[in-house]
Amino acid sequence: MLEKLFLNHYEAAAVILSGIGLTNLLLQRNLIKKIIGLNIMDTAVYLFLAAKGYVEGRAAPILLENGSGGWLNSANLYVNPVPAGLVLTGIVVSVSVTAFALALTLKLYEYYGTLNIDEALMKMTQEQQELESKIDDAEEEVLA
Amino acid sequence: MINLFAYNIPFASIFLLMISAIITPLLPEKNRLPEKLSCCVIGLVMILSAYLLYVLTNSGAPLSFNFPMGHFPAPWGNELRAGPLESVLSLVFCAAMLLSLLGNFSSTAEDIAPSRRQIFCVLVNLLTASLLALTYTNDLFTAYVFIEINTIAACAIVAVKEGAETTRAALRYLVMSLVGSGLVMIAICLLYDLTGHLLMQNMHAAIQVLVRTKNYLMPLTVSLALITTGLAIKSALYPFASWLPDAHGSSTNASSAILSGLVLKGHIFTIIKIFYRVFGLEVIHLLRMDNVIFILGLLAMIMGSVHALRQNNVKRMIAWSSVAQVGYIFLGVGLNTIAGIAAACLHIIVHACIKPMLFTAAGGLSNAAGHKKGLHALMGTFYVNQWAGLGLAVGAFSMMGIPGFAGFASKLSLTLASFDSPVIIWSLAALAASSVLNALYYVPAVIVILTHHKDAHKNFTAPAPTYIYRDKFLSGIILRAIVKTYHEGS
Amino acid sequence: MNEEIKLIWQKFFNWVSGNGPRPENEVIPPEPPPDLPFTQKPKDKYTRFHEATLKERYNQWLEIHGLHIFSLIYSGLSVLTCIVIVCLLLATVAELPPFGDEKNPANNEVIRRYVEHGGHETGAQNIVAGLILDYRAFDTFGESAVLFTAAVSVLMILGVSRRNNIEESSPDLNESGQNFLERAPPVNFHEIRQDDSILRAVASLSIPAILLMGCVVVINGHLTPGGGFSGGAILSTALILCANAFGFERVHKFFNERTFIISSSTALMIYALSKGYSFFTGANHFHSIIPKGTIGNILSGGLILPLNICVGLIVAGTLYGFYALFSRGDI
Repeated sequence: MLEKLFLNHYEAAAVILSGIGLTNLLLQRNLIKKIIGLNIMDTAVYLFLAAKGYVEGRAAPILLENGSGGWLNSANLYVNPVPAGLVLTGIVVSVSVTAFALALTLKLYEYYGTLNIDEALMKMTQEQQELESKIDDAEEEVLA
Repeated sequence: MINLFAYNIPFASIFLLMISAIITPLLPEKNRLPEKLSCCVIGLVMILSAYLLYVLTNSGAPLSFNFPMGHFPAPWGNELRAGPLESVLSLVFCAAMLLSLLGNFSSTAEDIAPSRRQIFCVLVNLLTASLLALTYTNDLFTAYVFIEINTIAACAIVAVKEGAETTRAALRYLVMSLVGSGLVMIAICLLYDLTGHLLMQNMHAAIQVLVRTKNYLMPLTVSLALITTGLAIKSALYPFASWLPDAHGSSTNASSAILSGLVLKGHIFTIIKIFYRVFGLEVIHLLRMDNVIFILGLLAMIMGSVHALRQNNVKRMIAWSSVAQVGYIFLGVGLNTIAGIAAACLHIIVHACIKPMLFTAAGGLSNAAGHKKGLHALMGTFYVNQWAGLGLAVGAFSMMGIPGFAGFASKLSLTLASFDSPVIIWSLAALAASSVLNALYYVPAVIVILTHHKDAHKNFTAPAPTYIYRDKFLSGIILRAIVKTYHEGS
Repeated sequence: MNEEIKLIWQKFFNWVSGNGPRPENEVIPPEPPPDLPFTQKPKDKYTRFHEATLKERYNQWLEIHGLHIFSLIYSGLSVLTCIVIVCLLLATVAELPPFGDEKNPANNEVIRRYVEHGGHETGAQNIVAGLILDYRAFDTFGESAVLFTAAVSVLMILGVSRRNNIEESSPDLNESGQNFLERAPPVNFHEIRQDDSILRAVASLSIPAILLMGCVVVINGHLTPGGGFSGGAILSTALILCANAFGFERVHKFFNERTFIISSSTALMIYALSKGYSFFTGANHFHSIIPKGTIGNILSGGLILPLNICVGLIVAGTLYGFYALFSRGDI
């Protein structure tokens, strides 16, 4: 197994990184770190795809001239272009998602003054309890 | 051969919605023009889907067809696939979307600032387009891209109502969704590496070969597990559902209705597609994913209802009930038979009709009670806003599965489907238990709104025009007729 | 000499560790008052240790140390989860087809057609551009829609609401009980020195070059590596540099929220309509009037060149929009 892992070392590195990124995204409590985790995971997926597209001894998928006005278009000359296309799409998606997540984070910071969702929840429940107790007090006063 | 007009409908519906989303920011804000435009376009797409359904089931033509997106045939270009099931789903999605928008027309205006309402319309259009694309697509990577559109748009329509709580809820939802889409992306890469294709039928063929030759079984299992987990997180299967009550409970009524009626269903339908069209039911059974889904479905049915029982806020109660209903759907998927999946699809349709109605009705009632959401505050609101009260009652009865309402049909077909399976006792017990639990929290809610309450009448506001619910009420009953059509479809 | 090197190293070290010279206008938050020593603290129930019962003691201990222990357990579990996920994925990777082998399942008839016929079927020399903008164009259309969705959402969350807050100061928030928290002041980092002549000189030299570079990357997208997204990203850096050197007002004159929305919507609309035409003709086997051109020429590749230009416009606008929205809450 180790031998095979060594053969697939790019993919191995990619999955280690994506595992790290996934854990960060899931379990970090600071939102900025969560978003960094997301980006690590996405980048790891691109590394994985780039490694999957590679074929030993072949050129980048841009047609080369054959010297007499034609194009070299034998499939044995170029690496797999599909992963490159998928990576391009993935990058745009990741940029969009990151920007959106950061915008929400900024907003959360404006509301709660913290970057931690749990802390924000705690603050909110505290404030709500205080609000409710105030309302109860007011009702009691009215009744009295 | 199917006629040219019907042939182009799947493509046309997605593009119509996209184009209306793109035009909307350029429109003037006054007279609520953007909202009217989106309602018109969604209505148009609904009519088109209905026509497509009619053609597909009545023309004697082949039941489904593939639509190449561009000049290149199947394994080289993208493809859409439309059959009766897809057209029913897109019809139901559009109808539910339209009714959620119309039914909450006034509460949307109260909750959302005018400048944000325009963007809300853009997002609703994009969301509908992505749902239809998820329904029709025949390509796994296209599905991933539209899942991402769906994620961003869904989180944004939670955050569209300004406030601290919605921002927090949207962020939690976003983080969980991103974990889900990350897993889906990794799984798609693995599957591409193993099969060399991204189109569903080619992947299916390649996977059949791999399974027959017993190659790469371990990576196949892992990628199936990853993709299922990812989509299960997004569709709020129980252990991963902690984000749902926050997001659905705090957002504006229209958003809650759309999110819980439609967004979850898009992801669940993607799971069904992947099980049925990419892996095939035997392979799912071989890799033992059906048992996992079945057990999680059982757990969700019970735990969702238990959580719902403990809620005091009516919107959060309905949101937890969604978790239980998602459990029903996954139970059907986990049976791993054609009948089970058919029952799951039927429950998708039923729930997509009922849940928006429940949210809309609950919103209408809490408006009538002066924007209070606590269950006790709704006392007697039926007499202020009858249509909303009726909507809540019908929805509740349907969720409980009382004969004559739509929920009964889907629960019945789930029960019938489970007769063929070895786990019948478990699924019947869970169905019964969950129905009882449903009744335990829906019946008190209905009783509360029907109870006269003398003091509360003073601060009631005028009832909002809610004639819309009537349509939903009818749709709940008519749905039983669809059952037959649907069974032919799959 | 030695002293000087030490001094430079010290400066460099400070700069790396973030302790460099502070800008004059930075507000340093006031330090919290130091904790009172234990003996002077007001006596509460937590300090009267000997009077408490066992259960109370346990509760006190939990309250003092609980958070710390919880976070320790939490990080331990996180690392454990990470290791489990990584091991699972590593076991998977070990079973995958070998790296760089031409017999892998992915190198199949799909790739063969892309390479062998891509040239005359799409007219693009760059096979990847032909792949994403012609063979699999629906994915790429979805991708632009993702960017559009994100741009619109960020505009909604940061731009529109802040403007409303300033104008109306949201009077109705109190009624619905949402404004129970004292709001932190809006985050705002756009204090730019107006007199930075070096920055201005460098910017006025490099902005034309950056713009040219961006245009080249966009326009040659079907011939060389690059294309709409990378070129658009380069173009947006020119805008961002301009905003930093000359102030947002300068950019605002020719690029504001209105132009942003109009340009992105129009570009995406052209994209949608032209691609819609191509999908429609393709699926119905109609003849498409779009010429493919000769491979290797600038005017080749059918729709790829105009689509790249549209994507470039969208991306340039959106990325600058993100920067402006994040740094000052307005485009």
